[in-house]
Amino acid sequence: MEFRQAGLTGVVCFPGGATGDATADAVAALTRALNDAGIRGALETVPGFDSVFVRYDPLRVSEHGLCRKIKKVYERIGEIRTTCGKTVEIPVCYGGRYGPDLAFVAENAGLTPEEVIRIHCAPDYRIRMIGFLPAFPYLGGLDERIYTPRLETPRAEIPAGSVGIGGTQTGIYPLASPGGWRLIGRTPMRLFDPEKGALYAAGDRIRFVPVGPEVFEGRDP
Amino acid sequence: MSAIVIRKGMFTTVQDGGRTGHAAEGFSVCGASDRRTFTAANLIVGNRPDESTLEFTVDGPTLRFEEDAVVSVCAPDSDPDINGNRVPVWTPLRVQAGDVVCAGRMKYGLRGYLAVKGGIRVPRILGSRATDLRCGIGGLEGRALRNGDVLPVIPCGGREYERVFRRWRILNRLAPMTNEYRTEPVARLLPGPEADRFSREAVGILTSCTYRVSVDSNRMGLRLEGPAVVQGLRTDIPSGGLQEGTIQITSGGTPIVMLADCQTTGGYARIASVIPTDLPALAQLRPGEKLSFRMTDRGAALRAYRLWRMKIGFWERGIGKYADGRSEC
Repeated sequence: MEFRQAGLTGVVCFPGGATGDATADAVAALTRALNDAGIRGALETVPGFDSVFVRYDPLRVSEHGLCRKIKKVYERIGEIRTTCGKTVEIPVCYGGRYGPDLAFVAENAGLTPEEVIRIHCAPDYRIRMIGFLPAFPYLGGLDERIYTPRLETPRAEIPAGSVGIGGTQTGIYPLASPGGWRLIGRTPMRLFDPEKGALYAAGDRIRFVPVGPEVFEGRDP
Repeated sequence: MSAIVIRKGMFTTVQDGGRTGHAAEGFSVCGASDRRTFTAANLIVGNRPDESTLEFTVDGPTLRFEEDAVVSVCAPDSDPDINGNRVPVWTPLRVQAGDVVCAGRMKYGLRGYLAVKGGIRVPRILGSRATDLRCGIGGLEGRALRNGDVLPVIPCGGREYERVFRRWRILNRLAPMTNEYRTEPVARLLPGPEADRFSREAVGILTSCTYRVSVDSNRMGLRLEGPAVVQGLRTDIPSGGLQEGTIQITSGGTPIVMLADCQTTGGYARIASVIPTDLPALAQLRPGEKLSFRMTDRGAALRAYRLWRMKIGFWERGIGKYADGRSEC
């Protein structure tokens, strides 16, 4: 486990891992363990793609003391299990006005749009981390057959709920935002709740489920 | 009771100490950009240090109070008035029913705070009253103030004002909460997680050159114009956690300083972090204004931070215990 200083009030832990999946497992396990342990002085634990960021109060715990405690928490983790967390189903209306780039993704891959949808829906995607926007999931596991380069010029506004592919990644925009991803569908689901927070957390999985456009009936376009 | 927004000012939002505990879900902390001035504004009226206030930008709002209240206006500079009569900044002010309070106009500095005893009592979202402008939650309906808005506040009478004023007089003499604005601030830094990715020369550029605040700056961060710290080097990293004060170096080589509304994670190398006591000055810089950086050591940064926290603690003890929702008035 490597520790790096992030100014006076932050520490970043790099648990390492032989593969991308092993690192993801370690990040998820460490995040969970730190949240359970409640180290005095640790204020917030934020999983990143290959690291865990801990914000802390340097008057309650020293940098050295915090790193020592984090290391102890990590060593006490039993077997690092991959299958923790819940699976969240996200209904997606693919193509048409909700997925203006589906045809491009298909053509780029040498597949039909139906095949792209089938490939996109097949896996349960693991949420590596959440960042950039509330409930914006960084998903691991996109099938390389549908890797698609981002737009040359990002759109000024992508509708909330848009599901897209950007390079080797897939994800969902929880809010309207500018963006350069290729949009293949949209979900009517609200991905965060001002009362409770995001619908899912790092370590959970997302499964996309194709649905028809009737889910958007009666709503604003 | 309410304070009615007669004039919204240039850009005014409800901000408190920030929304903590939800960064792992992508929620920015938000809250006051200049933590020092914000804290002072609260302590001066006898609030808890992280109570919700109005953060205003250059041209402050004008409010009409339906009932008596106690307020303060703190900023690097401003000319507040009540019913057209000039009142002092960084001082508890008595407001009577029907009074019109104008936060004033800042000739220099960027952000000021109008604190009301008891806070701006908008609903808490995920534990905080801070406005998150990007996702439209918190504060007043997740947006900046508009003319005609109605702000929920607590009435506070003359007797309570006398108590607040007396306490302020004593506490302010012993541990002054006053304007510490300075132009062309030098912000002290500690290394960031990717510090050793940068050559000594690169760090040397960051800590010896003068930078200017770009017009693209906002509550999320200061974009800076000036000498590139690195040239032609990819500065991408696998996304990692950010907090206010973090300095990222973009692939163009220029620094961006994170402020209160920054994203929770970022994909650019984090070269350094502005120490907490030096960040408030940066939140007061207008586009075009200059700043510079220098490295410091943990000991110095911790000493400065400890002094600041002790000062807040001293004021809190002087003000006495208060429970949220229970007014002393």
